[in-house]
Amino acid sequence: MLKNRVIPTLLLQDGGLIKTRKFKQPKYVGDAVNAIRIFNEKEVDELIVLDIYASRENRQPDFETIGRIAEECFMPLCYGGGVSSLEDASRIYQCGVEKISLQTAALRNPGLVTEIAQKYGSQAVTVSIDVKKDWLGRRKVYASANGKLIDEPLKALLKRLVDAGAGEVLINAVDRDGDLCGYDLALVEEASHLVNVPVIASGGAASLEDFKKAVDAGASAVAAGAYFVFHGPHRAVLITYPKYEELEQTLGVKS
Amino acid sequence: MTSMDNEISVIDYEAANIGSVLRMLEKAGAKPVRASTPAEIAAARRIILPGVGAFDHGMDQLHKRGLVDALNQAALERRIPVMGICLGMQLMCRSSEEGERRGLGWMDASVEKFRFAPDLRLAVPHMGWNTVRLCKENPLLPTLEDRTRFYFVHSFKVRCDHEEDVIAKTHYGEDFVSIFSRGNLFGAQFHPEKSHRFGMQLLSNFLKHTAHA
Repeated sequence: MLKNRVIPTLLLQDGGLIKTRKFKQPKYVGDAVNAIRIFNEKEVDELIVLDIYASRENRQPDFETIGRIAEECFMPLCYGGGVSSLEDASRIYQCGVEKISLQTAALRNPGLVTEIAQKYGSQAVTVSIDVKKDWLGRRKVYASANGKLIDEPLKALLKRLVDAGAGEVLINAVDRDGDLCGYDLALVEEASHLVNVPVIASGGAASLEDFKKAVDAGASAVAAGAYFVFHGPHRAVLITYPKYEELEQTLGVKS
Repeated sequence: MTSMDNEISVIDYEAANIGSVLRMLEKAGAKPVRASTPAEIAAARRIILPGVGAFDHGMDQLHKRGLVDALNQAALERRIPVMGICLGMQLMCRSSEEGERRGLGWMDASVEKFRFAPDLRLAVPHMGWNTVRLCKENPLLPTLEDRTRFYFVHSFKVRCDHEEDVIAKTHYGEDFVSIFSRGNLFGAQFHPEKSHRFGMQLLSNFLKHTAHA
């Protein structure tokens, strides 16, 4: 087994997949089921599927699409987007999803993290934290649903959510989203040192070396979007995933 | 194999999401059919009993649908091949520390909670990819291919009374039974349907081994 999970992050919109840049300019990259079949063939460790507009548009999760996706996944699946109650969470787990990623609801109501973790276990709850630099270049937690920066420092927020029951943190550098410029390693290092649960680095990955750097900075797992769906300078859509042997060489194996 | 030879009945009792189980069985070359009534179980040639969630809920769902007698008959009298997955494996045991209900009791085994000292810092449920170690020759996993790994999600583990029923063990803080079998009965604690070609191979081996059962 790989020492660290390497996780494609897929963004869902209207049943299809998109990829954004700095959380904007959504570009259609194909059919969800088709992409998942490719990732099945590549034997990826895990998939993250996020419906990034659900909370922004105040929508419920699209349970039908989630069920269709979960059915196709021959690997564990983490879903995020629009989950705002224990009932939503239960329906998603019943769809065959292993983990739920919370952001908007966790920021508004950390009690929901606790409720879900108590019923399904902390391992089944990930909190997704977006971080964006303000005009002075300071890292701030960003609430993607309303596009606002949050005053509470990252440290206090992460501690609060992990104490509430989050079993994993997906830390995402908004300014690097889709930009293929490497992870924000300082952010990955900071987040990894702040919590004792696994941290998944996200935002900016463009190479195997980037994965290695994020792991060296303390990440337990690495996620990427554009790296797995775009090819070449013109961002032609091509769904790929490194060979397992290459990942083993880069990240090492555990027995 | 004829078309009948690869038919496999997957018990549908609202204690598992069977979508990916059906898909993975198709990929493994089987012809999966849903079975949710005693008559469908009586017509089954081989059975997969999937399951997630709490032990009592699983048993209650089987009782509520009147499936227990039909399952007992299939497993103990007709002795057709049955494979339990995750909670399905645990339901095949006598009882579980997780609940009050009696299990199906087909295997001389009980189900216990993972109990770890806090300093081990091991989370429960055990959730993630892990490896298995073969304990004896068996038709499900004759050999371990390179990189063989399976996906686990469980807080409780099976303890077999008879060591000879243990096919494979996995380590998580301690060794626990990840595959058991006795006669026509098989159980896997992990999710073959979420374990890529490794899970597919296991299901395909189950199918081949039981083709002429």
